[in-house]
Amino acid sequence: MNTPLSWIKAYVPGLDVTAQEYTDAMTLSGSKVEGYEALDKNLEKIVVGQIVKIEKHPDADKLIVCQVDVGAGQPIQIVTGAPNVAEGDLVPVVLDGGKVAGGHDGGPMPEGGIRIKKGKLRGVESNGMMCSIEELGSSRDYYPEAPEMGIYIFEKGSVQPGDDAVAALGLRDVVFEYEITSNRVDCFGVLGIAREAAATFGRPFEPPKVEVKENDESVNDYIRVEVKDADLCPRYTARVVKNIKIGPSPRWMQRRLAANGIRPINNIVDITNYVMEEYGQPMHAYDLDTISGHQIIVRRAEDQEPFVTLDGQSHTLDDSMLVICDAEKPIGIAGIMGGENSMITDNVRTMLFEAACFNGTNIRLSGKKLGMRTDAQSKFEKGLDPNNAIAAIDRACQLVVELGAGEVVGGTVDVYLKKKEPKVIPFSAEKVNRLLGTDIPLEEMIGYFDKLELKYDPETSTVEVPTFRQDLEGLADLAEEVARFYGYDNIPTTLPNGEATTGKLPFALRVEQAAKETAEYCGFSESMTYSFESPKVFDKLLFDADDPARQTIVISNPLGEDFSIMRTTPLNGMLNSLSINYNRRNKDVRLYEMAKIYLPKSLPLSDYPDERVQFTLGMYGEGDFFTMKGVVEECLERIGMKERIVYDPNAGKNFLHPGRQAAIIYDGEAIGYMGELHPDVADNYKIGSRVYVAVLDMPKLTEKATFDRKYEGIAKYPAVTRDISMVMNKSLMVGQVESIIREKGGKILESLELFDIYEGSQIKEGFKSVAYSITFRDKTRTLEDKDVNDVMAKILSALEKLGIELRK
Amino acid sequence: MKERLEQICREAIGRIESAKELDTLNDIRVAFLGKKGELTSIMKSMKDIAPEERPAFGQMVNKTRAQIEQKMEEMKTRLARQARQAQLKAEVIDVTLPAKKGNLGHKHPNTIALDEVERIFIGMGYEVVDGPEVEKDYYNFEALNIPDGHPAKDEQDTFYINKEFLLRTQTSGAQVHVMETAPLPIRMISPGRVYRSDEVDATHSPCFHQIEGLVIDRHITFADLKGTLAEFARELFGEETKVKFRPHHFPFTEPSAEMDVTCFKCGGKGCRMCKGSGWIEILGCGMVHPRVLKMSGIDPEEYSGFAFGVGLERIALLKYEIDDMRLLYENDKRFLKQF
Repeated sequence: MNTPLSWIKAYVPGLDVTAQEYTDAMTLSGSKVEGYEALDKNLEKIVVGQIVKIEKHPDADKLIVCQVDVGAGQPIQIVTGAPNVAEGDLVPVVLDGGKVAGGHDGGPMPEGGIRIKKGKLRGVESNGMMCSIEELGSSRDYYPEAPEMGIYIFEKGSVQPGDDAVAALGLRDVVFEYEITSNRVDCFGVLGIAREAAATFGRPFEPPKVEVKENDESVNDYIRVEVKDADLCPRYTARVVKNIKIGPSPRWMQRRLAANGIRPINNIVDITNYVMEEYGQPMHAYDLDTISGHQIIVRRAEDQEPFVTLDGQSHTLDDSMLVICDAEKPIGIAGIMGGENSMITDNVRTMLFEAACFNGTNIRLSGKKLGMRTDAQSKFEKGLDPNNAIAAIDRACQLVVELGAGEVVGGTVDVYLKKKEPKVIPFSAEKVNRLLGTDIPLEEMIGYFDKLELKYDPETSTVEVPTFRQDLEGLADLAEEVARFYGYDNIPTTLPNGEATTGKLPFALRVEQAAKETAEYCGFSESMTYSFESPKVFDKLLFDADDPARQTIVISNPLGEDFSIMRTTPLNGMLNSLSINYNRRNKDVRLYEMAKIYLPKSLPLSDYPDERVQFTLGMYGEGDFFTMKGVVEECLERIGMKERIVYDPNAGKNFLHPGRQAAIIYDGEAIGYMGELHPDVADNYKIGSRVYVAVLDMPKLTEKATFDRKYEGIAKYPAVTRDISMVMNKSLMVGQVESIIREKGGKILESLELFDIYEGSQIKEGFKSVAYSITFRDKTRTLEDKDVNDVMAKILSALEKLGIELRK
Repeated sequence: MKERLEQICREAIGRIESAKELDTLNDIRVAFLGKKGELTSIMKSMKDIAPEERPAFGQMVNKTRAQIEQKMEEMKTRLARQARQAQLKAEVIDVTLPAKKGNLGHKHPNTIALDEVERIFIGMGYEVVDGPEVEKDYYNFEALNIPDGHPAKDEQDTFYINKEFLLRTQTSGAQVHVMETAPLPIRMISPGRVYRSDEVDATHSPCFHQIEGLVIDRHITFADLKGTLAEFARELFGEETKVKFRPHHFPFTEPSAEMDVTCFKCGGKGCRMCKGSGWIEILGCGMVHPRVLKMSGIDPEEYSGFAFGVGLERIALLKYEIDDMRLLYENDKRFLKQF
């Protein structure tokens, strides 16, 4: 909401502040000023000049030479190309060294304005410039009397040569932009903000005195109103104006509307807009002669009811929407826009003013369904105070009379079944102080309430709240009123001093952090991707048609299909990130993500889904399957998972290379999987490099993780190492060999290390050579050859049973 | 004989002094002091000397041996030092050659900011708790004093799953879960993802992160809220940071406020980052609305509390001067490695 300071000052006389002071104080008392703009910020040395004499330019057909009286004795000479000036005209003149806001074409305005200096135009001296409204930083939208092309001309008699032209145009003003919170419906009108300003600066608040001069007739002879759906229309008021004379509204009204960003149209439209801005109460004017049956009916629309709004758009209504009808047909969509069939035209003679109160939620939903967003609607949506309607409609009628725009028929139609009464809130200064941590005396609190028109009753210890402050409901709300005028800044700063609590990170988060840090040591950087994605990812990842991962939580109103399901696999996010990097030619990329997948327990969703944090690692470039395997093991070791990890090559993942994938099994339970990305999937993600991924399920890791460590002692007795070399079928996995060595090695086996693996010449087709170095140690004594020989014999015989041939 | 000894001594010392390498010294040792060395052979000729002169002669030989040995030691030390010096001289490297780095990975800027926030609040006795992202409408709205039809419900442009479930629009719902179940007093923060139906652009993302904070105890005051958050701001943005509380409106707190901090780029003088105001808006906060307490089964007459919500991306973007929010979700290596 934008409002000029001059309009606020109209209701807060004596308010004398700079724009910055106003901004700071209002913001601290709760009416946040987002910014302000001085309308005269780039207007310097601009006065009213009267053209005394016009002569042709000796050397240019399109230029004229004017002698202009600027109130300084001798007229000054100005050369102009403007076509619209005549001798005797009063015009804005920027003097030598002055400044204007923009060019005459109305194009974008330079930040610092345009400096004007005297000079020569085609050899003739020119000591200033006559200005168009665009050069003064505005436009014909806001100054409709300005000519389309050319210099702004003042009304004769309204100004004198030498006057401040900027002031004469109403541009010595500052327009403030507010961020009004949705609970302060009253502050969506200038009067509400003025009331806040008065309270903030300790000035009297003087709203307009509304008195309507009306004729002897009765409005009831002109119109009858019936509200059929009172649940959506708590109040409907109407008045009639006859003998209407459509014309422009006065300059002061145009200026105020312009400053609020509303284009002046004519006196009647301007009055409705002006009152809407002033009181925050939208109004509508109907041409009474178009209303059939002298009747207004407020009802829900019929399903599929067609309607054309005054902007010429056709709409199809439904039975959730409220319409204003005459005896035969709808003439307006309540609270949103009137109809073309009843709109005010220049030929209007008699008019019906409407100031009503509609159900805010209903208006909002209707507007949404219709795809409409009008000023009136945005005000109604917030839920207006029905008690404001009469004041607004009377104010409009007062202005009609004042502006000579018509004659007001006596009386008001007012359909108001359930009057809204002021709320009474129990109040305790002590409780307020206890909540705020302050020591503010009761009298001071009452002082703040008075300014806000809240009435404190010492008898009952209650505060009566006017209906326009529907945001105030309980003691906490009153505490806020006290706090914001006492000043949030003046409230002390303390720390809570209750029972001590232990700050902690839950175990699951500690495990996550340890895993993340280890990944970072291994060169993986942290990525973050969206939780939702496209249902198409499952095809992209070659998931089976009946894969359970395809059972997803679907967003009913997504931003688009690409963001429509909650992910059940973290892979797509990771592969997209790798793909972005690959396409940007980043080399050797390693990423991890620690984020949730969302597994529904049943569909449609009727219970909280299983939100499982997945630790996803992905890389391309330097490194291979075993690099990734190493990272997985480093991470598991870091979180105390030191038991032997089993890698089952039958992970069953379609998106991984069929010969290069493994389920990661710990303690007999699958805790994740890893592998090389299937080249088809890499193609789908446009990654032209081998990609390795690993996914670990954090809830399972958390179950098995520990940060407990026990010192095991450093071996005192020497170790014995034996190397064995064997030839075996290619299809045998070294994992099988290792299991046998471990099983048969018994207690004295300390470690085993694969030190050579070879296929090729010297080894027969289909076989491979594998060599291990096996270390034995007894913690209690020095091993003898015989001990080791016995164990080795068991190992070798078990290996031979697998068909493994030992190389001697 | 004496002359002979003196001559050997001179000769030996002469050769020692002219030695250039440690090996030469060893040769000299063998030549003079070894089993077949000069001095040894003179000792052997002792039998040719009169017995009464033998002690004096023996002393002379020993003295000569001592002299030679001492000289030898001196020379050895000197040569060893020279050799070490030569080695060091030969081993000069170009220290400006590139480093061999381990290529450590980098944390996401969001995480760095979150870790900071967690560290500060854990230090103040807060527990970190998780909350569901797929949330019930009740916890996201109604329990936070946002009933059906409330404009705030619309302002937030919610992603719905069905009538009952939605993607949470704020982490505040986690408050309610904690209030319903945890023993009092409560001091917790709850970070996590939240969702709003905003199209992706430089300043919006449909999926982003918030951190919710909640304190419930007897006698918690607005002054405590101010003190706690001022402390937080100083920890996060530096000791010099000042804070300003402005009245605001949130349905689930009353009184409510927004907190600004002095611009951490210009220190409050006014710059492009703070749009000249010297202040930067950082979080929303307030005293927990009595209705919210009551709905969660806490007696507002006995207990009070405060809550606050911080946008994680906002802090990360401001702190690291990142000018486009989309960068946070692209995961470009060249972006991530700057943190």
